[in-house]
Amino acid sequence: MAYTEEELKKELETKEYEYGFYTDIESDTFPIGLNEEIVIAISKKKEEPEWMTQWRLEAFRVWESMEEPNWANVHYDKPDFQNISYYSAPKSADPNKTLDDVDPDLLEMYRKLGISVDEQKKLQNVAVDIVVDSVSVATTFKKTLAEKGIIFMPISEAIKEHPELVKKYMGTVVPQKDNFYAALNSAVFTDGSFCYIPKGVRCPMELSTYFRINQAGTGQFERTLLIADEDSYVSYLEGCTAPSRDENQLHAAVVELIALDGAEIKYSTVQNWFPGNKEGKGGVYNFVTKRAICEKNAKVSWTQVETGSAVTWKYPSCILKGDNSIGEFYSIAVTNNYQQADTGTKMIHLGKNTKSTIISKGISAGKSQNSYRGLVQINSRADNARNFSQCDSLLMGNECGAHTFPYIEAKNKSAMIEHEATTSKIGEDQIFYCNQRGIDTEKAIALIVNGFSKEVLNKLPMEFAVEAQKLLEISLEGSVG
Amino acid sequence: MLKIKDLHASVDDKEILRGINLEVKAGEVHAIMGPNGSGKSTLASVIAGNERFEVTQGSIELSGEDLEEVSPEERAHKGVFLSFQYPVEIPGVSVTNFMKTAINESRKAKGLEDMPAKDMLKLIREKSELLEIDRKFLSRSLNEGFSGGEKKRNEIFQMAMLEPKVAILDETDSGLDIDALRIVASGVNKLKSKDNAVILITHYQRLLEYIVPDFVHVLHNGKIVKSGGKELALELEEKGYDWLKQETAV
Ligand SMILES: Nc1ncnc2c1ncn2[C@@H]1O[C@H](COP(=O)(O)OP(=O)(O)OP(=O)(O)O)[C@@H](O)[C@H]1O
Ligand SMILES: [Mg+2]
Repeated sequence: MAYTEEELKKELETKEYEYGFYTDIESDTFPIGLNEEIVIAISKKKEEPEWMTQWRLEAFRVWESMEEPNWANVHYDKPDFQNISYYSAPKSADPNKTLDDVDPDLLEMYRKLGISVDEQKKLQNVAVDIVVDSVSVATTFKKTLAEKGIIFMPISEAIKEHPELVKKYMGTVVPQKDNFYAALNSAVFTDGSFCYIPKGVRCPMELSTYFRINQAGTGQFERTLLIADEDSYVSYLEGCTAPSRDENQLHAAVVELIALDGAEIKYSTVQNWFPGNKEGKGGVYNFVTKRAICEKNAKVSWTQVETGSAVTWKYPSCILKGDNSIGEFYSIAVTNNYQQADTGTKMIHLGKNTKSTIISKGISAGKSQNSYRGLVQINSRADNARNFSQCDSLLMGNECGAHTFPYIEAKNKSAMIEHEATTSKIGEDQIFYCNQRGIDTEKAIALIVNGFSKEVLNKLPMEFAVEAQKLLEISLEGSVG
Repeated sequence: MLKIKDLHASVDDKEILRGINLEVKAGEVHAIMGPNGSGKSTLASVIAGNERFEVTQGSIELSGEDLEEVSPEERAHKGVFLSFQYPVEIPGVSVTNFMKTAINESRKAKGLEDMPAKDMLKLIREKSELLEIDRKFLSRSLNEGFSGGEKKRNEIFQMAMLEPKVAILDETDSGLDIDALRIVASGVNKLKSKDNAVILITHYQRLLEYIVPDFVHVLHNGKIVKSGGKELALELEEKGYDWLKQETAV
């Protein structure tokens, strides 16, 4: 393959969404539109207790008074929230089913995704709670986890089975009124994962959830609540893929992490929701609120590989409340064609001797726009707080954009804050150098991109790192054959 | 082995090579000298298939095969190697990983399986010893932060790993200290055989004392204006290029 900027550009544009298929499963879908009745209906459908219904309604009322934010560096047609159906459950879903009873169509869908349940079973030490549209259809490894006192279940079940935990923690990190999308999610979330790790327990396996959007015109409102009790440890993997759809789909998830004294949570995400086609048509709007609270000596690491969605708005954050707590954010964000991503993190230092690290790698190709937006805030009583931020951008071609918006607010003189930023371009000379050593252009790009992203890829658990590398290649190289 | 006939090449409509004729047989060492900007690196790039340059006339044959339609990576698979005058940096990609990829891509092109890790390690050990390269060096990002001399030595390490048929060394000697020059030259000599060929692009006679050429060519203004034996290099060292420039101007 010859390499010129022009050719590279073409090559990148030929990439079609690999997972662009649609599985026909009969589903139970609500009429479009949002009002109090719909919110109550969702709650009823989920057989929720009254307090939950009220909590949702509170959120709905707040949401009604809010406006969709537009400060992010993204441009899109605002979704019509009255033109979305807020509940869709596969008819075949049954919480009592074992993996073997799962709808063959679903299994086929997973097979296409390369995450077939069979394969998952073989993946040792990975418990999978698969969420299709809005209802969990299968949970594995529950027993092994139960022996350790670990609770890992769909949040809809947790609301019924562990109301004391859900009541105590839900909305404490991301309040209902936190922001427009979080309020919306709080009102209409249909499912998601709940996880509780008891005191002093190291979760023996990586917990994993795969999310899918499968129904046309339905929004996905996942809600995840993860509580790591004192001195416990858990590593959680979240992976997403969505089939190809013409209209834009809305995804507004909320993830709340609670790391109590001395606890450690690693939260890794690979996100490849449908990014839209090469003309910029279709694709998922991904407006996610992810936040963690760290108590004394606790540590939370967010690692994300974002290759999908037409529009991404996402800032996994850490509130470093306890003294000596640590927050980390490692991110790779790839945009191609007409994708737009505005992503980054917030590190809020409240406790003394708190430490945060931010490593962000943005890769832009095609006509895409990739923005890093980060806030490092050092509170007045946060003595000796430290932050290190590094934001690197890699550009491919001349029509894409990379932007960095680092905000720093330090109210304590002892704070030590370092920020580094670089922008580079994949050069023709680099490609030719690889070609000369016998490496074709496609492989050369993969090599260069992987090298660029290495510090972040290294943070991912093994099996996820391999998948992430594959995704990077798919996102950037196209199906050049 | 390598046969270049009336080769013309240009970049952005500017002609740089203006009719090069050169034949390199297996087992031979050719030196190419000539003033700055005469087209030496361009010739090397064009042989390697860099499509930044447009071949407007003439041909390049490797073992009887016309290379016109052959991509740079395929030329590499067929045994063309270029030690770059200015090696590029690839951040985050270790020398080892890069070499592993290069070797396995060549093997794949030949329908072979990936080289087993054990063999790869053995090969790396052997070749790094040949060039007296510290193994720690191999886990560093390719050329990133390498000194000028380290970059050049690393190029020859790659050559040793890939065992090419035709190796073009573009000013590999510049930047090397005296000891490094000896190590690199002796490495090249050990890799030399009756089945492969070396083209040395250099400005200095010193390298040619270590790697003795069978032929010396002088490139000027995109043409070979003089060819001779190894004594031509000595003559150039003494007299410079002016007399040749005048000779060809006539
Ligand atoms: N990409 C390019 N665009 C424009 N001009 C070029 C390009 N590459 C080479 N040239 C020009 O072609 C001519 C030959 O360059 P080349 O690098 O081949 O010279 P050289 O003989 O290797 O010189 P040196 O001894 O300095 O390495 C020079 O005038 C150079 O400026
Ligand atoms: Mg040169």
